[in-house]
Amino acid sequence: MAIIEERLKERGWLLADGATGTNLFDRGLTSGEAPELWNADRPEEITRLYRNFTDAGADIILTNSFGGTSRRLMLHNAQSRVHDLNKRAASLAREVADTSGRKVLVGGSVGPTGDLFAPLGELTEAAAVEVFVEQIEGLKAGGADVIWIETMSALEEMRAAADAATLCGMEYTITASFDTAGMTMMGLSPANMATSTLGFAPAPHGVGCNCGVGASDLVCSVLGITEAVPDAVVIAKANCGVPRVKGDSVVYTGTPELMAEYARLARDAGASIIGGCCGTSPAHLAAMRDALDRHTKRARPDIDAVVAALGPLVAPPSTATSSRRPSRRRS
Amino acid sequence: MSDAEINLAELSDEDLVAQMHDDLYDGLKEEITEGVNILLGRGWTPYNVLTIALVEGMRIVGEDFRDGILFVPEVLLSANAMKAGMFILRPLLAETGAPKIGKMVVGTVKGDIHDIGKNLVGMMLEGAGFEVIDLGVNTSVERFLAAIDEHKPEILGMSALLTTTMPYMKVVIQALKDKGIRDELVVLVGGAPLNEEFAMSVGADAYCRDAAVAVETAQTFMKRRSNQAGLAAPKPA
Repeated sequence: MAIIEERLKERGWLLADGATGTNLFDRGLTSGEAPELWNADRPEEITRLYRNFTDAGADIILTNSFGGTSRRLMLHNAQSRVHDLNKRAASLAREVADTSGRKVLVGGSVGPTGDLFAPLGELTEAAAVEVFVEQIEGLKAGGADVIWIETMSALEEMRAAADAATLCGMEYTITASFDTAGMTMMGLSPANMATSTLGFAPAPHGVGCNCGVGASDLVCSVLGITEAVPDAVVIAKANCGVPRVKGDSVVYTGTPELMAEYARLARDAGASIIGGCCGTSPAHLAAMRDALDRHTKRARPDIDAVVAALGPLVAPPSTATSSRRPSRRRS
Repeated sequence: MSDAEINLAELSDEDLVAQMHDDLYDGLKEEITEGVNILLGRGWTPYNVLTIALVEGMRIVGEDFRDGILFVPEVLLSANAMKAGMFILRPLLAETGAPKIGKMVVGTVKGDIHDIGKNLVGMMLEGAGFEVIDLGVNTSVERFLAAIDEHKPEILGMSALLTTTMPYMKVVIQALKDKGIRDELVVLVGGAPLNEEFAMSVGADAYCRDAAVAVETAQTFMKRRSNQAGLAAPKPA
């Protein structure tokens, strides 16, 4: 049996981790710097963050490798270090998972390349698969349990990353960022994203959403997914409020109480793997763990209930009554 | 009606312009090139082709993008069609000295290679009559300052898609302050993880949710600027 399903069988839900990038800011990462370089330069800080998350109750920790493809590391002239930096990310997390005293999974984080796919841009799906394979081989060598494809917008890129995971013999999950009028910026709705990705062969072991805009928006995306695919394993990782600059760092406005209520609502909405994204500190995660431990799944909320509990939607779905304008060139 | 039944050359000016608005909406590059050439052949000024046929068409695209009807792939196709038209018009506009609304330097900040949104903003601003100097991705403070020094823009636009790179906007704005040129520029910022509050906290003038809002905001600031200039100048009797 697949490892995620096996763990879910034991409790029915799993707590993922919080943010990586924004928490590293608090530990001295400066803006514009590649977090992945810290896997080699400041491994003790990476280990400490992972351990803070497992101490807070995380059942899944994600590796510090979100921008670990050659396309992204190129910026920092580190494109030749893809395998090494990803392997280090995974082995640091593996070590923490294995010494946590609990069952903790290591998700190998794979983020978008930042490139547009052909025909809109230059990157072909075949070239993208190669880019992702290089990263995933490193994550696998370092001991990742599952490949965690996240913050995606384009279906082509999700497929390329999924194919790469499969080529490397790894199970994978996929989450997208629904940040534009309730859809990804490429116009993919939560329901379409879920049904399309679950149609990949082999299928992902979890689908869902992460990042995006506010926690309310994200729970609404969860509702869209669980309505379309009620039996799937659904992942929710919401941002912790909105970003604000404080001194030299970015802080998020979400409180532990808000994130606790978000976790309960995400569970009610049908998510079974719940965590936080940007701004979610170990303290927020501990509040989420406590909330989920005491929580008995309630009735499925509607959008109004989500907004009442977590605040207004940041990027609400389009209310335009019109749809795409008709073309004189089409019959 | 099928594709083959439309012969652009046979349409009246009015119908042709309406058709071009549709073709921009549908991202049909070759048809836009053809339409631009037909209007020029009929004696239209390059400036009128730009504003009446192309800019108005992109305004409609921008509106539906803002309203969540169109998304990035469709808008990129439209912008590419627009670009094909601009390719013909740009040298002609320069020759005829057509008015420029304003000048803008744009770039994705250091550490960030995401340029989809920034490119959209650039193309739509150009379509709206701005001169756009695009510094590309991974732009350092030094490169921003050098470009501002060289081009003397009214507006600076910065983009970031990562929570790890967006604080760099503050670094750039601080550098503008240190050089004493912050008040000479309008600073607009945008990118998925940003919001109004963040834009204010880094000291920008405005947060632009998307490319359409960026164009509207840039236009508003230019209008305000020319109004202020108008008030300061002595009025003719």
